[in-house]
Amino acid sequence: MKKINHRTRIVILTVMMTVLLVAVYALGAMIPDRAVAGSFLNASKPPSWEHPFGTDALGRDLLMRTLKGLAVSMTIGLCASLISAGIAVLVGIGAAIGSSHVDGVINWLIDLVMGVPHTVLVILISFAMGRGLKGLLIGIAATHWCSLARLIRGEVLQLRSQQYVAISRKLGKSGGWILVHHLLPHLIPQFFVGLILMFPHAILHEASVSFLGFGLSPEEPAIGIILSESMRYLSTGMWWSAVLPGLTLVLLVLLMDQIGEYLRKILDPYTAQE
Amino acid sequence: MIKACIRVLSLLFAVSVISFLLVSASPIDPVQQYINGLGTAVSPQQRAEIEDYWGVNEPPIQRYFSWLGELLHGNLGESAIYRRPVGEIIGERFVNSLALMFCAWVLAGVIGFSLGCVMGMFQDKWADRILKKICYILSSVPTFWLGLMFLLVFSVWLKWFPIGFSSPIGVLDEDVTFGQKLYHLILPAFTLSLMSFANIALHTRQKLVDVLHSEYVLFARARGEGRRTILLRHGLRNILFPALTLQFASFAELFGGSVMAENVFSYPGLGSAVAAAGLNSDVPLLLGVTLFSALFVCVGNMIANLLYGVVDPQVREVVE
Amino acid sequence: MKQKEETLLEIHDLSVSFRMYGQGLEQEELRVISDLHLTVHPGEIVAIAGSSGSGKSLLASAILGILPDNATVRGHLHYKGEELTAERQRQLRGKEIALVPQSVAFLDPLMKVGKQADGHVKPRPVEKRKSLFRRLELPEKTEQFYPFQLSGGMARRVLVSTALLVDAQLVIADEPTPGMSLNQALEALKLFREMADEGRAVILITHDIDLAFAFADRIAVFYAGTTVETAPASDFQKGPDALRHPYSKALWSALPQNGFTPIDGFQPYAGNLPEGCLFAPRCPYKKPECERAVPPVREVRGGEVRCYCSV
Repeated sequence: MKKINHRTRIVILTVMMTVLLVAVYALGAMIPDRAVAGSFLNASKPPSWEHPFGTDALGRDLLMRTLKGLAVSMTIGLCASLISAGIAVLVGIGAAIGSSHVDGVINWLIDLVMGVPHTVLVILISFAMGRGLKGLLIGIAATHWCSLARLIRGEVLQLRSQQYVAISRKLGKSGGWILVHHLLPHLIPQFFVGLILMFPHAILHEASVSFLGFGLSPEEPAIGIILSESMRYLSTGMWWSAVLPGLTLVLLVLLMDQIGEYLRKILDPYTAQE
Repeated sequence: MIKACIRVLSLLFAVSVISFLLVSASPIDPVQQYINGLGTAVSPQQRAEIEDYWGVNEPPIQRYFSWLGELLHGNLGESAIYRRPVGEIIGERFVNSLALMFCAWVLAGVIGFSLGCVMGMFQDKWADRILKKICYILSSVPTFWLGLMFLLVFSVWLKWFPIGFSSPIGVLDEDVTFGQKLYHLILPAFTLSLMSFANIALHTRQKLVDVLHSEYVLFARARGEGRRTILLRHGLRNILFPALTLQFASFAELFGGSVMAENVFSYPGLGSAVAAAGLNSDVPLLLGVTLFSALFVCVGNMIANLLYGVVDPQVREVVE
Repeated sequence: MKQKEETLLEIHDLSVSFRMYGQGLEQEELRVISDLHLTVHPGEIVAIAGSSGSGKSLLASAILGILPDNATVRGHLHYKGEELTAERQRQLRGKEIALVPQSVAFLDPLMKVGKQADGHVKPRPVEKRKSLFRRLELPEKTEQFYPFQLSGGMARRVLVSTALLVDAQLVIADEPTPGMSLNQALEALKLFREMADEGRAVILITHDIDLAFAFADRIAVFYAGTTVETAPASDFQKGPDALRHPYSKALWSALPQNGFTPIDGFQPYAGNLPEGCLFAPRCPYKKPECERAVPPVREVRGGEVRCYCSV
C-alpha cells in the first residue's frame, strides 16, 4: 500500500470535514417550510425511525428543525465572523503601522470592548437595533474581533522588524509594495485561520443570545430558540428536545474547531515540511 | 498608577456614553413599554407627563448629562419592571450573583489548576491526552446547554436538586436558610465553573510544561530533585500566580457565563436581571447593569495587574 | 589493574538516540551520541571539545541520567568501578556527581539565590553555603538576590558553589564560558582548576578549544556525537604531528593562530549518519575499510583514537 504522508492525510481529512459541514448547511437550507410544519397528532413524540430526534410540543419534527436552525445559525455566524475578521484585519494593521497615537487609541478601544462582558454587550446592541436578526449580527460582529486584531497587530509588528522588510524599505520600495509582497502573504493565512476559528465561537454566541430571547423571532427555527423552548418542557420528560439538538450543535462546533486546527497546521510553514 | 486610574475612568466613561447612545438609538419606545407594564389605560395627558418626567423629548446630549449627573449622585433611576430604584436592585442581585460567581470561580480555579498540574506532569501520557480532549470538548459546549443537561439529569431525572430559583418557592426571603441557598446554588455554580475551568486547566498545563522543560528544572533534576520536589519547589512557584492572574483577568467571561447560567436556572442575579431588562425594555436597569458589569470587569483586571506586579521580582524590586 | 582503580568514570561505546514522532505514527531514530569512549581520573580536568550542535550537552545529561523520556541509552557507564545504573544515577546525582550549568537561566527566576544554592536537602546547609559564598567572594547580601540581579560572574560562582556544597567527586561543567569576557572565563576556569587540584575530577564540555588547551589535562575531541581522539592537552600545543586523528589535526589547523584553514564539508546530521567512521566522508586519508565499519578505539602514543590510519 502506498504510504500517505501526514500532511496529505490532514488535507484529505479537512476536505472531508468541510464537505460534511457544507452538506449539513445545504441540507438545512433546502428543507422546505412544510417539513417543519406542526401537527398536533404528532406532538411530543420521543425519537423514532420516523422522527429520529422526536417531535416538539407542537408536533414539529425536531431533526428538520435542528438542521434548519443550524443552517440559520451558520449563516449568521459566517456573516458575523466575516465582518468581525474584516474589522480585526483593518484594526490590527492600523494599530501596527499607524502612529503610536493610533496604536494607543486602538488598544484603548480593544480594552473597551473587552471591558464589557460580551453577552451583556450583545444584549445591549441587540436592544439598540430593536432585537431581531440585524442586532444579533452586528452584536456578534462587534464583539469578536479583539483577539484576532491583537494577533494581527503582533504579527505585523514582528514582520516589520524583519530584516527583509527593512531591506525592501532601504531599496526604496513603497509602503504599499511592502504590504502586498511581504505582509499580505503572512497575513492572509492568519486571516483565514482566525476566521475559521472565530466561526464556531460566533455560532455559540448566536445560540446563547437567541436562547435568551434576543435576536431571531420565536417562529424561526434557530438552535437557541429550539433549546429555549425545550427548557419549558424539560420537567415533563421531553429530554430529546434538549439533548439531541444541543448535541448536534456541539458536534458541529467541534467539527469546525477541528477544521480550523487542521487548516492552521496546513498553512503553518513550520509544519508544512512534514 | 495615576495613568492606570485615568485609563480605567476613561473606559468607564466611554462605556456609559456608548451604552447610553445604544439605548437611545433603539427603535423600541421605552415609554410605551413602561405604559404596557403598568397594565392600566393611560390618557394622552398622563403619557405626556411620563415623557416629560423621563425627558424623552429632550436632545440626547442633555438627557445623557442629566442621567450622568444623577448617576454620580448614586441615582441610577427607577427600574420599569421592578418599580424600584435600579441601585437597590443591583445591590441585592449582585449579592446573589457574587455568591454564584465566587463559588464557580473558586471551583473552576481549584479544579482547573489541579487538572492542569496533572496534565503538565504527565505530558503526552494517557491521562494528559484524555483530560486535554475533555477540556477541548468542554470549551465547545455552550454554557446554557450544559446547564440544561444538568437540570435534566440532576433535577428532572435524579430529583437531587430543585429546578430554578435561589430559594424554595413560597418561602419568605427572611425564612430562607443559608443551607437552602447553598443547595440552590450548587448546580448553577457547577455549570458556570465547568465552562471556565477548561481554559485555566489548559493554560496551567502549558505553563507547567514550559517550566518542566526549562533549564532551571533540568538543573534541579541534575541536583537530584525528584518529580514531586520539582513540582512543589519550582512548578507551583512559577505557575500559581500566572494562573491566579488569568483567573482575575477572566471576570468578563465569568460574568457573561453567569448571564447564561442564571437564566437557565432562574437564579435571581444580575444576569437574569439584564436579560429581563433587555427583553422588557427596562432602559435604566439595562444601563445600570451594563455599567456595573464593566466596573466588575475593571476591578478584575486591576487586581490582575497588581498581582502581576507583586509576583514578578523584577517588577517588585524596581518598585521598591 | 591499578589504572582501573584510579578511574572515576569510564564510558564505553555510549550511544544516545531519540525517538521522534514527527510524522504521525512513523518513528525516526536520531542518534546524537554514538560509540562514545571516555575515561576520567580523579584530580584531572578532561575537556570535551567539539563544534556546536554535536550533542556534547546531552553527554552530561546521559551521565546524570536526566535525558528526556524519548531518549534511549546504550553502552556502559562505570562510576568508581561500578555499573552506573539508573538507580545509582538517581542516588549519585546532586551528591557525588554534580552539574555546573552555563548560565543564570539554570536558576529558578522566582527563587532567592541563597535558598536555591542550598538545594532541596533538609536541613538546609546554610552555614556551609555561607562560608562557600565567602570563599567564592560573593557578597553576604547575594543570598537575598533573585537570579536576575546577579552579574554573569556572580551567577557562575553561585552555580559553582552548588557543586562544592555537596562535595561532588565528579563535576561536569557544561559550556561554562560562552558570553563571558576573557577575564571572567579565566576566573571561571581557575575555579575548576582549583576543584580538580582538590582531588575531584572535572569534565569540561566546551567548544572553546583555546581555553580547553590552557586548562585541561586531557582533551577529548568530539565529532558528530563521538570522541574521535583523547589526547594529553600538551599534544595540542605541540602541533598536528603530535595528534592522532585527521579531524583533530584539521581542527588544529582551523584555529586562527594556526592558519585558519577550514575543513571542507559539514558534520553529518544525526538522522543521517554514515555507516563506518563518522569522519570518513570528509577525511583526506580515507581508506575503503573506513566506510564499512566504525574503527575500534586504539591506544596510540599515549592517547586514544578511533581511526584505522593513525600511527
